[in-house]
Amino acid sequence: MLLTVEGLCVNYGRIEALRDISFEVPEGSVVTLVGANGAGKTTTLKTVSGLRGVRAGKVVFAGEDITHLPAHRRVERGVSQAPEGRGIFPGMTVRENLEMGAYVRKDRKTAAYREDTERVLTLFPRLQERIGQSAGTLSGGEQQMLAIGRGLMARPRLLLLDEPSMGLAPKLIQQIFSIVTEINQQGTTVLLVEQNAAQALKRADHAHIMETGEIVRSGTGAELAGDDAVKAAYLGGDI
Amino acid sequence: MDFLLDNFVALTVTGLSLGAIYALVALGYTLVYGVLQLINFAHSEVFMYGAFAATWTVYAMGGRAGASTGAVIGYLLAALVAAMAFSGLIALLLERVAYRRLRKQNAPRLIALISAIGASFALAELMGLRDKVADFLGLGETLRPYVRGARNSSGFPEIIDTTPLFTLGDYDVTNIDLLVITSALVMMLALDLFVARTRFGRGIRAVAQDPESASLMGVNSDRTVQLTFLLGGLMAGAAAVLYVVKIGSIRFDTGFLLGVKAFTAAVLGGIGNLRGALLGGFVLGLAENYGSALIGTEWRDVVAFTLLVVILLFRPTGLLGESLAKART
Repeated sequence: MLLTVEGLCVNYGRIEALRDISFEVPEGSVVTLVGANGAGKTTTLKTVSGLRGVRAGKVVFAGEDITHLPAHRRVERGVSQAPEGRGIFPGMTVRENLEMGAYVRKDRKTAAYREDTERVLTLFPRLQERIGQSAGTLSGGEQQMLAIGRGLMARPRLLLLDEPSMGLAPKLIQQIFSIVTEINQQGTTVLLVEQNAAQALKRADHAHIMETGEIVRSGTGAELAGDDAVKAAYLGGDI
Repeated sequence: MDFLLDNFVALTVTGLSLGAIYALVALGYTLVYGVLQLINFAHSEVFMYGAFAATWTVYAMGGRAGASTGAVIGYLLAALVAAMAFSGLIALLLERVAYRRLRKQNAPRLIALISAIGASFALAELMGLRDKVADFLGLGETLRPYVRGARNSSGFPEIIDTTPLFTLGDYDVTNIDLLVITSALVMMLALDLFVARTRFGRGIRAVAQDPESASLMGVNSDRTVQLTFLLGGLMAGAAAVLYVVKIGSIRFDTGFLLGVKAFTAAVLGGIGNLRGALLGGFVLGLAENYGSALIGTEWRDVVAFTLLVVILLFRPTGLLGESLAKART
């Protein structure tokens, strides 16, 4: 198992943001957490990447307990996150942002590194066009591409994606999700947090539905997508 | 007005060399502000300690007037290394003692500012009472030449004879003018390249732009903050050597006014912006010189701070505006 989250409890002050969250991410899979705003999806992701401390519970990555490892050390282990709201560095160029993604890599002068840059720029040709431009001037969709591409530059074993479809036009959403599938097929395990449940469930091997800080349903993506209660609550009528 | 026009070149050259020193110190304020949004009020003391380190080093080496050129270069390099090392160390200590715990507990910025002011006074008075400290440690006799007259000015050994090198207009540009301006420019260029081109420099910019994303990239933010303080300290140390070479003496409370001026330079150029600090330093140095030539030397500080008020009224973000966060390099 690449990632195991066990009995995770996280508080913001006295407010319980997460209660007893447990799930697993097998190597090579796409796992998604879906749910409404404020259900605790982003908090779960931030706990996995190390931005939030835990009150109770464990995060185990590739057999190692990383619960109390600071975020920057987790990147070295192979956990990479494309944060919500994109979190790109607006004052740096697209190229510099990609280089930041590879900050912990020691092989920045080698062919492997250049290949990875090529790979990201092939996935996102738009970034190639904008390579020397400052990232703050990119459109929302381009910034999202940059955030994902930057996350890939670390050569992660586990890529955490927080709401990659947020604020994007429908056509772009399709594109971003096919790229997520492509990334996974190239061998990267993906933990995806989404409000766009329809797309997320379609792409996921395993899915968990979160409500007010708890996991309320789990199953394969297809199972949950076919479930009547899930359809009514998250998928709306017109899929 | 006639005085200003008659001495325009002289006022410009000395204004630039004063401005270069302001700019070097201003870099420390601007770096720390860019990364932490904290005004490191005690940075003036980091500068002052460096000036003492330089003075003591040259004194200990027996530097005096009439030394050979080779010896003078040796003294200056030793003074530079000592001052940069000491200032860097003080800056790191400051971060450790006065700020780190506050940062870890997410204390409001006002608290950090008060801590900074406290640290500034503590450091200045410690230097002003260094004879008492030496006595307390039982080293009063051994260190006598270094600690006597702790509350008076300590003169920097006059190792350099001021000699005119070439004439510009009707002003003889001296070796000291040239030394101060070129060394300051070299230091600033080195810092600019470091921040723009190196991996650690990119780390600093990343933390300034988005600390959370930076740690997701694997940037150790504590290390980055330390590095930022260290860089500011190194620049202040270099500025300190140029200051004692140019002015000739240092006192435990010299840091205060110079620090406020350097901070003014940083705000003038746009705080958080490295090139802004450079521009702000030179503009302030020139404005002080021209202003005091126009209305009298005793108005020098009034001119400097009036300029600050005017700039803030009409351009609150400073001349170059952008912060380290948004600046391209």
